[in-house]
Amino acid sequence: MSSASLYAPFVTAGEGGKNRLVLSIEGVHCPACIQKIESAIVTEPDVTEARLNYTTKRLNIIWNGAADRADGFIARINGLGYKARPFEAAKAEATDSEYAKFLRLCLGVSGFASGNIMLLSFALWMTTTQQMGIMTRELFHLISALIAVPTVFFSGRPFFRSAYAVLSKGRTNMDVPISLGILLATGMSLFEMFRGAEHVFFDSAVMLIFFLLIGRYLDFLALANARRAAGDLVSMMSGTATVLEGDIQRPVLIRDLREGMVVLVGVGERIPADATVIDGASDIDTSPVTGESLPVHVKVGEALYSGTINMAAPLKIRILRAAENSLLADVIRMMEKAEQGQAKYVRIADRAARMYTPVVHVLAASTFVYWLLLAHLPWEQALMIAVTVLIITCPCALGLAVPVVQMLAVGRLMKKGVMVKTGDALERLSGIDTVMLDKTGTLTVGEPRLLDNAAGTGLKLAASLAAHSKHPLSRAIVHAYEGQLFPLSVNEVQGHGLESVHEGKRVRLGSRAWCGDTSAPDSADTLELWLDVEGAAPIRFGFADPLRADTQSVIGSLKANGFRIVLASGDRESAVREVASKLGIAEWHAGMKPANKFALLDTLKGQGRKVLMVGDGLNDAPVLAGAYVSASPASGLDIARNAADLVYTGDKFAPVLLAHKVAKFSQRLVVQNFALAILYNVFAVPMAMAGYVTPLVAAIAMSSSSVIVIANAFRLRTIL
Amino acid sequence: MSVLIYMIPLALLIGIGWLCAFLWSIRGGQYEDMEGAANRILLDDENPPEN
Repeated sequence: MSSASLYAPFVTAGEGGKNRLVLSIEGVHCPACIQKIESAIVTEPDVTEARLNYTTKRLNIIWNGAADRADGFIARINGLGYKARPFEAAKAEATDSEYAKFLRLCLGVSGFASGNIMLLSFALWMTTTQQMGIMTRELFHLISALIAVPTVFFSGRPFFRSAYAVLSKGRTNMDVPISLGILLATGMSLFEMFRGAEHVFFDSAVMLIFFLLIGRYLDFLALANARRAAGDLVSMMSGTATVLEGDIQRPVLIRDLREGMVVLVGVGERIPADATVIDGASDIDTSPVTGESLPVHVKVGEALYSGTINMAAPLKIRILRAAENSLLADVIRMMEKAEQGQAKYVRIADRAARMYTPVVHVLAASTFVYWLLLAHLPWEQALMIAVTVLIITCPCALGLAVPVVQMLAVGRLMKKGVMVKTGDALERLSGIDTVMLDKTGTLTVGEPRLLDNAAGTGLKLAASLAAHSKHPLSRAIVHAYEGQLFPLSVNEVQGHGLESVHEGKRVRLGSRAWCGDTSAPDSADTLELWLDVEGAAPIRFGFADPLRADTQSVIGSLKANGFRIVLASGDRESAVREVASKLGIAEWHAGMKPANKFALLDTLKGQGRKVLMVGDGLNDAPVLAGAYVSASPASGLDIARNAADLVYTGDKFAPVLLAHKVAKFSQRLVVQNFALAILYNVFAVPMAMAGYVTPLVAAIAMSSSSVIVIANAFRLRTIL
Repeated sequence: MSVLIYMIPLALLIGIGWLCAFLWSIRGGQYEDMEGAANRILLDDENPPEN
């Protein structure tokens, strides 16, 4: 074994000879873990800081000394029963946290400014010019301006940037009227201030920014958290593989594997990259990739796909493609094609903005024309009234209508184990009419369980043998048996099964051909193991991949919702037919390759169907990427989780149903909120057009409409 | 009214003081782990910090 440090490349050097390592820790579930992990590391010599972020489950270690101590820290944490791996911020995530900081900063500054301007505004609202005196009023206006103008340019940036970005593409969104309202309110107020007029709207402009930033920040926070949680689920690329160079074994990070390297894959390990077998023979669990529930036997020269699991014996393999190019090139190609083909979904808020913006701007313009040409007001006054129309319609409530609902829905769903990864996923989910399902790992548990239970010593003996193997059927036997095991010394016989001696007799657990009753009715379709005790009739153990506990009821509810349900599985026809008939799904397809599934999705899309895809395997990934909206269990392959819009944890299927219910209700609340915002405008706009709106009226209208919309959004709690 | 000459700058100064405190807390990463901060208060100090 070479002693080179494996994790040293992840260490970043800081000032003063200090080294820094960020680890992502799996298994942190309670606050006590914080202390356990931190104190374990802090007590190591020369460590100056060890701090675990409980929200992100990341440990930050800073120490004086060599970079290769990283390996020791990781081993120490793993020794505590957690799983630590070096964390490298994905690009998207680094941008996320930068943007969060930016929003917080803007929010804080606008909060400070609106508080201080309000302090002055109250004096202005509550007194008359006679009581206060012209000079004092103008001083107040000047101070307000000194606070407001820098704030608008500092804290308004999130809106200005977004408005500029869409305008330069010739489109519009909610940020366009917001930006225009803010800028006009500020500019006009500056002008009025220099003119010595009575009313300025600095308070409205800053308050608007403050309220809208709250919405923006909450919205962002909820999604960033969910995205991070989904990204943190174990990644295939994060582990190490044992590379053989001559006789020397050397651990290498999976992402550093290159074509032609020879890798030793132990029992129970994942195949790190696409490869061919060069030595040994074993059973491979291909269910993550193909959905096939039976392990496949492989020999020298056969191809292996990355992500499959070596079940029976150590293998020597030669890497065919570096890990990042592995994973079935055509699947990735299909996913890219699917993502490109995905029509750009226009969120309801942007659709509202498209209708809203022209209406408001036409109203403001006609107000200006009316007062200038028909009422013969001086142009400054006419313009001021037109600007108050823009300020009063500036969509405070409209800007909060979606984010508050979204934030509540995403936050609540996350507590229930559903992570919403994309901003418009819930909106899209509320509009589905077809559900396309994968079988293995989605409807079913994804691993075999003992079915025909042979009672008595048969099971005990079988479990005693099976405990020595990582084969999924062996594990199922051990899982089914509770109690003491016989102490046996077991040989694993390649490709056949397990053999031992018990009470002087040879016992075998394995395939039908090796120890079974060859005369028994052949059932190639079911999973089975045979226990053969010398001199006795062999005992059969049957297995099946059972449905998740609540699959039946969830499918029933989905049907009750009137959805068309399509089952598309890569598994054998008999297995799929059985599940389909048990669940009463009329439309089912077996033996589906990734390309078949994708073609099926295209057919459904061609019929104008809005498809929710639920799947967990590599063969589902293109469909997950191309479907109207998609969900994947957290136990799925990371390529499937990355492609999906929603990721749900736990061993139940119900989260999918819950997410749909929440999406439906959220959408209703959003529409209600829009209705409330429009209702508010129906009353406020005529007042503004008539010229009755003062800064006080604007402030009251803005706050009260926002509060109403937020209160309505909180009704989401009634169903969660 | 002349008291305003003192009161307004004073109010602004206090406000700016809080703003600076806020900026400082952002820079120190105090908002990065709200959940952890809420839980840490319940933990006993097993290894009191040396500095």
